Amino acid sequence: MTTVHDTADAAGGPAPAFDPGAEAARATDAILRDTLHGGHRGVVVDSPPGAGKSTLVVRAALELAAAGRPLMVIAQTNAQVDDLVVRLAEKNPDAAVGRLHSNDADPYDKALDELPGVRKSAKAGDLAGMDIVLSTAAKWAHVKGVEPWRHAIVDEAYQMRSDALLAVAGLFERALFVGDPGQLDPFAIVGAEQWAGLSYDPSASAVSTLLAHNPELPQHRLPVSWRLPASAAPLVSEAFYPYTPFRSGTGPGDRRLAFGVPSDGSGPDAVIDEAAHAGWGLLELPARHTPRTDPEAVAALAKVVRRLLDREGASVSERAAQPVPLTADRIAVGTAHRDQAAAVRAALAELGVTDVTVDTANRLQGREFDVTVVLHPLSGRPDATAFHLETGRLCVLASRHRHACIVVSRAGVPDLLDAHPSTEPVQLGVTVKFPDGWDAMMTTWDHLAAHRVRDAR
Amino acid sequence: MPPPRTRGTALRHLLAELRGPAVPVPGEPPPQPKALDARALAALAANPGCDRRALLDGAGVDKAALADALGAPSSFGQSQFALTRGNAFEKRVKADGGAELLRLVHEKLDPAAPPPETSSVPDLTAVGPAGRTARTALALREAVEAGGWTLLDHPMLALDVAGSPAFLEPDAVVVHPDGSWTVVEIKSFPMLDGSADPAKVGAAARQSAVYVLALEEVAARLDPAPAVRHRILLVCPKDFSNLATASAVDVRKQRSVTRRQLARLTRIEEIAEALPEGTCFGLDLPPERLTAAVESVPATYAPECLSTCELAFHCRERARAAGAVTALGRAARAELGGLTTVDEVLAAAHGEAGDPADPAVAALRRAAGLRAEALASASAGQGGTAC
Amino acid sequence: MSLMSTLARLEAVRSGRAQVVATVRHRHVSARPLVFVPLTTAGEAGAPLGALVGTERDAPRLLVVPQPRDRDLRFAFLTELADVVLPYIDSFAADVEPAERTETDPETGKRVKVEVELCADAPQLLVPSRAGIEFVRLLGRSMRFRRTAEQDPETPHPAPPHVPLLGRWLTHFGERARVPGSSLLQALTELLSRHWATGQSNLEDQHLGALLAWIDPPEGTRGAEEALRAELARGADGQLLHPPAGPATDPAFDNRLLAPAIERYDRARTRLAAAEDGLEADDRLGELTAAERDVRALVESRTRPTWDAVWHGLDLLRALPEGAHVADRWTRDRWSFTGHRDRVLAGEPPQPRLDDAVTAANKLATREREQARLDAQEALDDPLVMAGRRLAGEAFAGEVVEVVRAYSESRRPSPRPLVTVRTDDRPHLGERAKVYRSLGGRPQSAEFVEAVEENTGAAHENGADGEDVHGGTGAGAGLLVTVRVLDKMGRGREPEEGSVPEKGDRICFTLFEHEQRGGAKLPDPEDTPWTHGGPPGEAAATTAQRPDAVTEEDVL
Repeated sequence: MTTVHDTADAAGGPAPAFDPGAEAARATDAILRDTLHGGHRGVVVDSPPGAGKSTLVVRAALELAAAGRPLMVIAQTNAQVDDLVVRLAEKNPDAAVGRLHSNDADPYDKALDELPGVRKSAKAGDLAGMDIVLSTAAKWAHVKGVEPWRHAIVDEAYQMRSDALLAVAGLFERALFVGDPGQLDPFAIVGAEQWAGLSYDPSASAVSTLLAHNPELPQHRLPVSWRLPASAAPLVSEAFYPYTPFRSGTGPGDRRLAFGVPSDGSGPDAVIDEAAHAGWGLLELPARHTPRTDPEAVAALAKVVRRLLDREGASVSERAAQPVPLTADRIAVGTAHRDQAAAVRAALAELGVTDVTVDTANRLQGREFDVTVVLHPLSGRPDATAFHLETGRLCVLASRHRHACIVVSRAGVPDLLDAHPSTEPVQLGVTVKFPDGWDAMMTTWDHLAAHRVRDAR
Repeated sequence: MPPPRTRGTALRHLLAELRGPAVPVPGEPPPQPKALDARALAALAANPGCDRRALLDGAGVDKAALADALGAPSSFGQSQFALTRGNAFEKRVKADGGAELLRLVHEKLDPAAPPPETSSVPDLTAVGPAGRTARTALALREAVEAGGWTLLDHPMLALDVAGSPAFLEPDAVVVHPDGSWTVVEIKSFPMLDGSADPAKVGAAARQSAVYVLALEEVAARLDPAPAVRHRILLVCPKDFSNLATASAVDVRKQRSVTRRQLARLTRIEEIAEALPEGTCFGLDLPPERLTAAVESVPATYAPECLSTCELAFHCRERARAAGAVTALGRAARAELGGLTTVDEVLAAAHGEAGDPADPAVAALRRAAGLRAEALASASAGQGGTAC
Repeated sequence: MSLMSTLARLEAVRSGRAQVVATVRHRHVSARPLVFVPLTTAGEAGAPLGALVGTERDAPRLLVVPQPRDRDLRFAFLTELADVVLPYIDSFAADVEPAERTETDPETGKRVKVEVELCADAPQLLVPSRAGIEFVRLLGRSMRFRRTAEQDPETPHPAPPHVPLLGRWLTHFGERARVPGSSLLQALTELLSRHWATGQSNLEDQHLGALLAWIDPPEGTRGAEEALRAELARGADGQLLHPPAGPATDPAFDNRLLAPAIERYDRARTRLAAAEDGLEADDRLGELTAAERDVRALVESRTRPTWDAVWHGLDLLRALPEGAHVADRWTRDRWSFTGHRDRVLAGEPPQPRLDDAVTAANKLATREREQARLDAQEALDDPLVMAGRRLAGEAFAGEVVEVVRAYSESRRPSPRPLVTVRTDDRPHLGERAKVYRSLGGRPQSAEFVEAVEENTGAAHENGADGEDVHGGTGAGAGLLVTVRVLDKMGRGREPEEGSVPEKGDRICFTLFEHEQRGGAKLPDPEDTPWTHGGPPGEAAATTAQRPDAVTEEDVL
């Protein structure tokens, strides 16, 4: 796909004239203008990783509320709702915020109890009159017989299924839809081929249905990733957002990672140094077919994390004047499967590491760290499946870091990709999603291979 | 000036030797190597990891005849009912100078262009595939220069495959008034309420992607190069009738995959060079020698081969005889790590072999233990109270 | 493919016989199913060539279209099919029992119970293979928009009476078959594959004859060889000895046998039409009858082996004891059948070509719920299925080693006993994860507290940072899992007798719920929101019912 490369190359490093702050502000202003004063019922905002999506949601909510226009906010998980509530309260402690929650045990984060402006209830009626009422799509779907809100904000709209939007869209008159098109798509646990190609395919994403029926809606894009460093944004943009490129908010020298303890010459130390220097590192283990919980790969991941902590790392960024120590809470390990994450946790525990986040791509969505250590989804596999080739999975794993990403993998990924049969069925009328997982895997691997350290074990 | 003996011609020579002397039929000219058609090229993507298939296809060996000679005939065949129906439908779609077909192209792909009230259907007859290819290229150029709508009925295109030209014959190519080109694929499976069998549409898309690649080669030789549209038009019978309906199909993914697989076909040189001296797939060889020759090229059999490769029954027999786990399906191997044969896996599962520290072995033992426990409890009459 | 089923398949390879993957029967099998073995014409969209159909094993009804391109002959076939299928369906429609259903009162908007009829049993349609189910759908789609002369005297090529109605019923069966765990329409290959694993791949299991050869090979033979024979063996005439389960036919059959026979039939018809007097006509009618008999014999020769195979498969399935929850799911099928019966009686129009947004979303929600229900019920009914869930870390079983009395911290303390189970399983338990066990058929819930590895004593206390319990590589090492029981212990301060596990009990907890909650109610189609295109409107409803365009060469 030469066109892909052409477009993405244009988005390379920040050009001298590019002022990320001004670009981002311009985009945000346009979004808020359409949201507060535009004539359309919907506004769609695509936000690449770390482009300030939550900041935008909080700002739009507070501005709508300040203009005397109460609104509902629909997020996908309770954690996302709670996070937004906390951010809203931080930004404006006086805002009247309602948290609509389920009847389950522990329906919301206890931290919300400390916020005086936040009222919590399982009944929408109790929250009438609040400026901003937030809940999950699943909970909103049960709210019946209320006056529709004039405004809504739908967060993580690309991870919301079309049928979930159908269940709640009657609750609002107009809405701002915000999300990251590059992350994991929603899925159904049963076949939905019957409806493939229909504009309202219930298993498709909420945004695809919305735009199929309302193609005239304004679509915006946040153009700057504040999370991804200058070393990462070009690759992530090229591999995962080929037609909607974005740039890093920081320049090549703005973020630095250094270690007090010199390398001991081992593979893990060498890859740490490579990643500290280049932003990416690939620790390649000898080719071998393994089950999902490959003990050597798991051990390598754990060793890298252990050394990251032992070597007294410190990061320099635009956030602080002084170098900030690289502590366990700033490091994450990402895997494709839960049992892999569990195995890594056990291996880390044996090395005495406890406070490092270890999770699957699904659960790392929306999170941010200084350094991530990732088990390549295809490492050691005898075959590639649709699950492992899913573009969003690799995208999430490769875009959680502010400084460096270290990938651990068995050798042989390109061979596996080359031998992968491409006989996918094609449904008429379904818009082809780009990039293809297979292409994205190839692009990222070619890049990672330039930062390869072979582990001799 | 005769071309120097390049890498390409050397390979062609090598492959001709592998193919062996064709079985002569008295009174007929010696048969040519079985040319790769678009369907065969598209099928390369079905199992791109298989060296055997890559080599035999690359050398132009007639795999169906080879399968017969090996005693494992393929089961591919076409019913004459399907053939008749397919031809009748294509004829109907192209009737009246392709008016209906052009109307569909206009409606589905290029509604902003002027409607195809007049169109030209150039004569493409010429001698031999190379002649027809040249004639097609000329017609394409003239159509672009002339503007307006042009329908090329069964044009001929050439694509370089591992150094030899493969000649391809799409159902039709349409030149738009803006000079761009569209591949048209006519199939006789129905579009029912706007949808069609996804496996068949997928196959049509892969086949069309090959035509798009070949057209791109033709376009690249023109200045300025006309655009080859990456959305092809798939024409099918509507519902239960003989009326034509159509849908645009985006073939960018298929084109990207096929392009990469074609580029990789150069590896058949490496495969060929690794063969024992004197290896030959000549169909006149005694069966043992032929079998030995086929077996000297590694295959990666999977059950999907049964519907895409003429040699599949032979390879299946071998895979089963070798106890290959993948004979049960590619997915069977996913959790088995380095264990690849039935005996290895079962020995590991029953504690007869394998390192218990290997998670694949450990998981197999747990699985075997749980299975035995469940079967014992069921036969002890505790079925129905699993929890 | 899960490791459990891979293992079963490998055992089948070694033993040469299929291995069980279920210890009970997980699908309803009717005492009086209607078996349907159709054949289709190659290259034509769902043009039937013939079928065997009926409820009597020894007396199938043979239906044949001697010239599949002839509309009248196809209509004759469909009329005959309706004459078999509709009386069979009707025989279940009349026998009803009273039942209750919760409905929303249109005036008050409240949920109220209403007395309704529920058919005491429902029809069951059995086809040989998955492709057969697709064919039933295709037949249904091709017939339900047809108009009879009575419905519309102007309609070109009117359909015989009952044909549109048969189309609606086949559509209903086809649609119901998409619901996980449903049994109104079943394919034998699917039923058998659910209960046995063969030593071949899923793809090869689509051949009913080969599948049966693995499961029940004739005395003294090996399944593997018999399956290969069933799949490939041809007679001296080049024809398959075991024709596939259809509805597609083998090209060799089409080209060498069927095409000449149809050609003879066509010729005989032309000659009959050209007959100049009664005597000649009589002769030529004889030729035509003979030609038709030949086509009939050919169709029967291709369908009869599959017909017999279907009944053979049924024998095997009936020999399995029925799973405890099968009747519960069959009741849902009865509701589905009763509901369609009522829609037909109420004179509602046929099912539209495409679902509207709300209907599609409702169907998807139902199917996801039924899938979850099926997964849970199969595991609860069958220790072998549960073993697979345990292997996947979704359940754990073991012996209760300790029970500690404990109470909730409310003003009226309720029992919250701590139960510790020693297990060899490795459940993926997250912080305060809910677990469930079956207590007298009802789920009792508990909350994960901690897990300790028996030999090392390494604790995973309430997964401090939400971490999963992981047993490392030490297979065979016991894990002590403590959970806090939360409910089903009565209202008193002390738990009711038998409501709390006791030391020494063998119990099994699942991480998945046993019962499914209903989802949120979606808007009515006329309230479809703007995000989904707004209400479908009148125009859409009219187009949805429009008959298909017809051309002279229409295949149906």
